[in-house]
Amino acid sequence: MRGPGGGTEDLPTPRPGPSQDTHDSHDAAPGCASCALSTGGARLARLGLAPGRHDHVVALAGNPNTGKSTVFNALTGLRQHVGNWSGKTVARAEGGFTYGGARYRLVDLPGTYSLLSTSADEDVARDALLFGQPDVVVVVVDATRLERNLPLVLQIRQITGRVVVALNLVDEARRHGLTVDARHLTRELGVPVVPMAARRNEGIPDLLAAIAQVAGTEDAPAPLRLVHKDPALEEAVTELAGRVAGRFPGVPNARWVALRLLEGDPGIEAAVRDGTLGELATPATPVERAG
Amino acid sequence: MTLDEMPRDRRGVVTALDTRGAERRRLMDLGLLPGVSISAELRSPLGDPTAYEVRGTLVVLRGHQARTVHVELEDR
Repeated sequence: MRGPGGGTEDLPTPRPGPSQDTHDSHDAAPGCASCALSTGGARLARLGLAPGRHDHVVALAGNPNTGKSTVFNALTGLRQHVGNWSGKTVARAEGGFTYGGARYRLVDLPGTYSLLSTSADEDVARDALLFGQPDVVVVVVDATRLERNLPLVLQIRQITGRVVVALNLVDEARRHGLTVDARHLTRELGVPVVPMAARRNEGIPDLLAAIAQVAGTEDAPAPLRLVHKDPALEEAVTELAGRVAGRFPGVPNARWVALRLLEGDPGIEAAVRDGTLGELATPATPVERAG
Repeated sequence: MTLDEMPRDRRGVVTALDTRGAERRRLMDLGLLPGVSISAELRSPLGDPTAYEVRGTLVVLRGHQARTVHVELEDR
């Protein structure tokens, strides 16, 4: 997957990856910039499939059928197929956009309820979030089924604090007589929660502003630290996390890794064994600059 | 009672999951957690599998999975 090297400020370091070494000349067309006026304002230029070099990587996660692809299309101007069935986004789709002078690469992950079960989709999503180290993870949640969607948000919050919650389908929730207190949710989750109706382009400017804010910040919230009620489990997690942190200093989510190891997660076991986990020791926090 | 025994016209509350490991994890990821309300919506001719409504979506379980989910009937 992508190597380390966080998306800090102006660093132009290209990440190894399939879709980025070409099309640099293919800048945002003027026509594109004008169509952006209708959605994100003049500061959004959709780059479609030609993201070229980028300053920040943004991953798009969420349960199946929450409108991830609609959000993806609204941001990139692409028309990735939107369909109302699960498992539609099989691998990952990528696109790009610029906002506020910075270039973003957007990766649309498969819809999952969890990052913990062993299905191919969940592995793709989990590996992209953990090893891809995106600068921002946008978790799209369905405002009409918040209870069902929040477990994934909490799982992702245990991996990273660089999260924006896109509270999608608020129009549908409204029709059902539901309003969600986004400010309260923001306080509880410790990350921005942006109410939106992506298919009507409502809330896209706010989402962009939140993405830019998280991408640009040097002190994102720490990964969520769950304290387990079972004292034996808590003790085991704490001890193992200490050893993970000792072996791989700088890993931002040692407790989460420890819990996965205790559950016998084969992907995480492999990452510990072959040292892939060590690459997380250069996280998306500012790196000391030489010279 | 367990989920497979729950009558079609009733709702139940999940009280426990009598399974471990990946199977348990999967059920929890699908929203079957203690305290959650659940009802049987669509039964295949022989009752296996059956689709249950939980937290606003349909979840289809095989008989052997439903038998691991303990429920208490809700009052009508």
